[in-house]
Formats: sequence, structure tokens, C-alpha cells
Amino acid sequence: MIRLLALRELRSLFAMPSTWIVFAVLQFILAWFFLARLEAFLEIQPQLAQLANPPGVTTTVAAPMFNTLALLLMMLVPMFTMRLIAEERRNQTFALLLSAPLSGLHIVLGKFMGLLIFLVVLMTGVPLMLYTLVLGTNLDQGLMLSNLLGLLLLISSYVALGLYISALTTQPIIAAIGALAVLLGLWLVDIGTTAENSPWHLISPLNRFQNFNNGLLDSSDAAYFVLFTAVFLILTVKRLHNNRVYG
Amino acid sequence: MSNATPETTLSARNLTRRFSNLEVVHSVSLELKRGEVLGLLGHNGAGKTTTLQMLTGCLLPSDAEQYGCEIDICGISLLHHPAQAKAHIGYLPETPPLYRELSVDDYLTFAARLRGIKTADVAAALAQAKQRCGLEEVGKKTIGTLSKGYQQRVGIAQAIIHSPAVIVLDEPTVGLDPMQIRDVRTLIRELGDNHSVILSTHLLAEVEHVCDRVEIMQQGKLIYSGTSADMMQHGNGKMTLEEVFLDITENHAITENHLTAEPAP
Repeated sequence: MIRLLALRELRSLFAMPSTWIVFAVLQFILAWFFLARLEAFLEIQPQLAQLANPPGVTTTVAAPMFNTLALLLMMLVPMFTMRLIAEERRNQTFALLLSAPLSGLHIVLGKFMGLLIFLVVLMTGVPLMLYTLVLGTNLDQGLMLSNLLGLLLLISSYVALGLYISALTTQPIIAAIGALAVLLGLWLVDIGTTAENSPWHLISPLNRFQNFNNGLLDSSDAAYFVLFTAVFLILTVKRLHNNRVYG
Repeated sequence: MSNATPETTLSARNLTRRFSNLEVVHSVSLELKRGEVLGLLGHNGAGKTTTLQMLTGCLLPSDAEQYGCEIDICGISLLHHPAQAKAHIGYLPETPPLYRELSVDDYLTFAARLRGIKTADVAAALAQAKQRCGLEEVGKKTIGTLSKGYQQRVGIAQAIIHSPAVIVLDEPTVGLDPMQIRDVRTLIRELGDNHSVILSTHLLAEVEHVCDRVEIMQQGKLIYSGTSADMMQHGNGKMTLEEVFLDITENHAITENHLTAEPAP
């Protein structure tokens, strides 16, 4: 059932022209960024080579690229999550799911998985571009994998948050602005706090992603993302139930 | 299939629904047998749609325990085992729940799978639903490009595709042209032979043509219940159905006002 709902979500996404436009524009921006970073690296490479332990191409090209992607996602994910529940309720298609033999958890997980799969597909361009570098050099596989894992966890936390905010309203635009506001807020709290060991840094998903970005796998970061995602998915299930109770 | 006494497919007792302090539905009880078409009549805002939403599990009744509220679909409690009970319901809301960007075939396949039809049986169910609703020609078309009448038919098709015991239709003929209205009524009559159908409407001609039994709702309460023939006889054959309906609802309104005007003893 979860798979069925996820596939329906994907089918609807790919049936819309706007999805393809976002897809194309994003690939273009990322390719541009990749080539610019690569050019900069090639320029300074002779100087880097004189250092005792020079940073490789993975650190100078791949890591910044993943970092940019994480920032872009903050703005991109709300655009997709806004539709998930808010639009179904506005178009009154939600009655189909509510009257079907499904639990609230099925509906929530189906929508979550559908969008997660879509965003993963949207992001595959980045590792593909980076892996073309294997033709000329060696990549730091460990750093690549930790970045990819971090990105996946980051996306799922964003989607879960967006899904919950989408369940709060019947206006997709409000859902988008709400999710963006919360994500920006979490980011600003992080960069606005100057003290190095302030607990405020710990609540920001982007700050947690930095460790993955630097190739540092910390189980507390992974646990943070899993908890963040689970909490918002459970809140969404609760919210759907409350909609039936309070109308 | 051919039972001597038709089984009860839907029974609801003491449905009550409040939105904050406003009581929209008050202690409504309904029963429906297989092979019966029940018409739920009433003015706008009488609580018909809310009642149907509760019967399909889209909305939970208020304080079910306190009012002794129960909804059984084919003997399965909707409030306690919603997933099992809902498998026997087909529901067409006021606005058909259509994903406008999907094609008719894709949408109906999704609806069938959603109701638990196995992948192998989907093709047969899809063909039958399309044939019943006259959708053979438009299977490949995107739902958003179809006319209102066709969209309504797709809405009916998704409600009957899994051959449910109880079919709930909320104003199924709104926005259709006279030809389509006739077709839909014939379809509902056909469905009524093997399923139980409950439909809400404010069109009296619909009741006359389609329904075996009528329940009239006013201000959230059931004020009249009888067969369509009973209702015709209510006016001793002199009144049209419309006059009978107005007579029943207006008389009720007068007695209600009379009762509320008197101080409680």
C-alpha cells in the first residue's frame, strides 16, 4: 500500500511540466557550479602541489558542491512538500484516501517515500558528475559516501518537516512558506550563534550535515536526523487523525 | 448470493456530529439492506454530507461512546476496525476526488489497488467499471481535460470499481446534462440490484426514479422515513412529490418552533 501511494505521488509529479522545468534548471545550475569549482581547482593545483599534504579534488570540488546542494535543498524541498497534503485537501481528493482501507500511517509513509524517492532521483546528477572525475584522478570514496549518506538523511528530515506543515493547512502556498520559514529559522539560529559550543548549533539540520560534509560520521548526528524525521512523521499521523475528529 | 432475507450491509446508530458548539447532525440512525437504494433528502445544510462523511470514515462522530454511536459495515465496526470495514465501502464525495493530472485508466487502476484489488484482477475490474460508466472511449485521456459530466462518471467508476457492498454517493447527478442524468440514474438502479446504495440529493425526481426508501433530514435530524410509495401516498395522491416534501419539512419546522417557544416544564 505504501508503495502504491508512493508510485501515485511520483506519477503525479512527473505528469506536471513544472517538475521537469525544476529538474532541468537544477541540473544546469549544478553543472555550472561543478565546472566552476573544477576550473578553480585546476588553476590553483600547481600551488597546492607544493604543500606537504595537499587537499585533493574531493575536498576542494565535491565537498563544497554537496554543501551548496544542502543549501539549495532548503529552498527546494518546501516547493515540493507543499502539495503533499494541503493540495489534496484543497482539491478534495483526500476523501479518496480517507475512505480507502488505509491507516493514517500508510498515507503518511506513502507520501513521504514518494517524495523522498523523487528528490533522490533529482539529486543523482551530482554524484554522477563527480564520479566523472574518476576518469582522471582518484576520489576519496569515504568522503563521498559520508556526504551521500548525510544528504539522504538531510533530505528525509526536510521532507518530514514539510509534510507535517503541509498537513496543517489547506493552502499549498502557506505550507511552502511555513516550511521555508522553519528551515530558514533553524539555519539562522545556527549561523547567528557565535559561541562555538552553544546548544543552538545542535538543533540545526544543516549544522549536523557539516560533519557528514567533512567526512566525519558521528552516530549522534545520524540519530538526530532519524529522530527529527520520525517525530515529524508521527506528528503528521496525529494531525491527520485530529482532522477526522475536529473536522 | 440469493438469500431469502437480504442481509443488512450498513447500520448506523446515534450518529452525532458537532463542529465546535454547532450540532450539525443529531442522533441519526440508518439501516440499509443489500439490494436497496436509500435516498437521503433534505434542504441545503441539513447535514446530509456530514452524515455521509461519517458513514465512510472521513469524519469521526463526536463523542461516540457518550451517545452510544455505532457504525457497522457488513457486520464490521467502522469505528473499531476502520481498515477492514472501509474495504466494503465505495464513496463518491460532493466533489469527485480526481487527480486531474492522471489518465482515466491510471487513476482507476490506482483506485482499484487502493481498495485492495489484487494486481491480477485489476484489468477485469477496470474494464467492468469503465463499461458500466460509459468510459471506454476516454481511458487514455487526462482527467483534467474531460468535461464535468465525464469527470462525474469517473468519480462514480472509482466508487464502484471494487464492487463494494455499500456505495455512498453524495449528489451524484449535480452538474450533468439531462441525458447523463438519465444514464446515471439507470446505473444507480442497476447497482441497487446487487449492492446497497445510499445517495444524498435535493432533487425529488431522483427519489421518484431511483430510490426504494427515503429518509428526510432537517437541521441534523431525521424527520421522515418511508418507502418512496409511502411518500407518494402521504399526499393522498393529490400532491406532487415536491409538495409532499415541502409539507413534511415545513410541518416539522412549525412543530419544532412551537416546541422551542414553550418553556420547559
